[in-house]
Amino acid sequence: MSKDTFKNTELIQASLKKRYARERRFQFYGMLAVLLGFAFLFILLFDIVSKGTPAFTQKELKIAVHLDPERLGVEATADAEQLQQANYNAVIKASLREMFPEVTSRSEKRRLYRMVSIGAEYHLRDRVVAEPSLIGQTHDLWLLAHSEAAGYLKGQISRDTPEVERKVKDVQMDWLDQLRDDGRTRSVFNTLFFLEGDSREPELAGIRAALQGSFFTLAVTFLLAFPVGVFSAVYLEEFAPRNRITDLIEININNLAAVPSIVFGLLGLAVFINFFELPRSAPLVGGIVLSLMTLPTIIITSRAAIQAVSPSIREAALGVGASKLQTVFHHVLPVAMPGILTGSIIGMAQALGESAPLLMIGMVAFIMDVPGGVTDPSTVLPVQIFLWADSPERGFTEKTSAAIMVLMGFLIVMNALAIYLRRRFEVK
Amino acid sequence: MTTADAKAYGAVPQEAVGLDVQDHVDVADYQTIGEPYVENAKMSARNVNVYYGEKQAIMDVSLDIGENEVLSMIGPSGCGKSTFLRSLNRMNDIIPICRVHGDIQLDGEDIYGSGQDTVLLRARVGMVFQKPNPFPKSIYENVAYGPRIHGLAHSKAEMDEIVETSLRRASLWEEVKDVLDQPGTGLSGGQQQRLCIARAIAVSPEVILMDEPCSALDPIATARIEELIDELKERFTIAIVTHSMQQAARVSQRTAYFHLGKLIEVGDTKQIFTMPRHELTENYITGRFG
Repeated sequence: MSKDTFKNTELIQASLKKRYARERRFQFYGMLAVLLGFAFLFILLFDIVSKGTPAFTQKELKIAVHLDPERLGVEATADAEQLQQANYNAVIKASLREMFPEVTSRSEKRRLYRMVSIGAEYHLRDRVVAEPSLIGQTHDLWLLAHSEAAGYLKGQISRDTPEVERKVKDVQMDWLDQLRDDGRTRSVFNTLFFLEGDSREPELAGIRAALQGSFFTLAVTFLLAFPVGVFSAVYLEEFAPRNRITDLIEININNLAAVPSIVFGLLGLAVFINFFELPRSAPLVGGIVLSLMTLPTIIITSRAAIQAVSPSIREAALGVGASKLQTVFHHVLPVAMPGILTGSIIGMAQALGESAPLLMIGMVAFIMDVPGGVTDPSTVLPVQIFLWADSPERGFTEKTSAAIMVLMGFLIVMNALAIYLRRRFEVK
Repeated sequence: MTTADAKAYGAVPQEAVGLDVQDHVDVADYQTIGEPYVENAKMSARNVNVYYGEKQAIMDVSLDIGENEVLSMIGPSGCGKSTFLRSLNRMNDIIPICRVHGDIQLDGEDIYGSGQDTVLLRARVGMVFQKPNPFPKSIYENVAYGPRIHGLAHSKAEMDEIVETSLRRASLWEEVKDVLDQPGTGLSGGQQQRLCIARAIAVSPEVILMDEPCSALDPIATARIEELIDELKERFTIAIVTHSMQQAARVSQRTAYFHLGKLIEVGDTKQIFTMPRHELTENYITGRFG
């Protein structure tokens, strides 16, 4: 007996080494997998952030602007309406010519004008309308640089690139260098990016329209999908009889969760736009379509969360004489709420990143105006990213990455809100 | 069969006893030994049969619970005592496959009758469960919930009064009076079970059903609950299911022995534990099986 015991101990000891080695190996693989995941995540984030950060600053050029009433085509005593229609473009062009008197040829002049953004004339107009006394005077004013000039000033375009391959020519670089040496260039925070809608000019394009469009779309999605989803789950889980019909419904819900999202877009186009004649490109339709897409996710996760509530709580509530409805609303739902919120946030995050179904209902349109409500034409963040990524202008590259950063920020805010709500429910 | 004879049975394997038992019980017109009926019956069950789908869990049980008495129900696992208890306040209704046949009356009213409301019934027949199951809410809310949904208190002061009285009756007040806003789930197991008792008595039920209330508790907590049951019988009628024969002997006036869905024997607790008349009862209380 003792001999056997001794032998067994020896055998176990011999195998122990192997077992521990296997465990260490497994841990190592696990760690490797985590590190690899982190590395990819880091590369992705680094790439986006490094490409996107320059989009948050703008370059401005200080130009001595002579607000000549003759060039503006107005009198010194002009009223606001006349000032609105004055020719500020001519003034800016003349001022540029005055600053660089050596420029004479037509093509060089065109290059000179191209250093200042088209938007500058509107900014100048607003300035003059607000302060009409400027007319007739010469002031050093900061004007928004063209995206190409800004690209050079930000160091994104190098002189080493052959001239034919770049938009900013040598002569423009000379002028910009001269301005920079004179202290006539500056970087400012890009407020336009957060205040304006899309534009053909990269330096004027903003994310606001898409951001607001996404907000309205998701608001509609949430308002429709959350209550409908949670109440469906409550009904199916707590009240519905178990029979063929409920089985069929359950199978259908599960299948619906696996339907490709573009199909929902086709449905939205056929039903909501063509049949019900709801407005095209509107967050209302987008929200309805996305809520159809999100519903199965919310229902499935909510049912799982409700199922996970311990039956002893139900018994306790029924035992003191609570009705079924009271049991569900006072006890089951509060306990299931964290799980329901987790499911909802997964569904909402999916909806936020969705672009395919929205393309089908026309939310891919070029939208310059910030939407004011759920029926205004608008676009959403992922579609805006897609549009900018597709634009040939160099200036849109940084905008694309910046828009991705905004999208991720939106997602973080949304998740943080959900986590906050979940905490509150858990404490209770 | 005497106790000595029963001891001689010790040599027989348990399975054999089980088979033997089944032969004894499967007589269709089995008559319960002892007196299942009492004069001042609070609840009375007549010819109750309970089915889980095809399986019959309770077979033709007739039993009274007298006013202000403690009736204990004992028997081996799966004998149907919990099922019978749960049919007394229609807790079995929440199990879809469960059907109850027969007649169960509370104060002469059929609780399975068409006019009977389960919400009202459960307010009159409260329940304490095997595992302490306080709501994940504050101690105060746990007790106040029942009175609140039934609209028993008309002011905050009245509610405070109900909560305090209930907790005092459950002899928990001294321990929790300063932490009423703490979650009930943070208490110890024994305290949680007393909280559940306080919750049950807060709605002033007439009958309290207890389904193995001490099976998850240590001996000290068990002793406190047993003391409590003794005090509560002054006000309430109590039916308790227990696996502990000492507990049944200590707290109850009458004891019913269930076996395989049948009520084998019922009588005064003293008589059942000293002079059991059926051999199955005797085998069980002497620890032969179960």
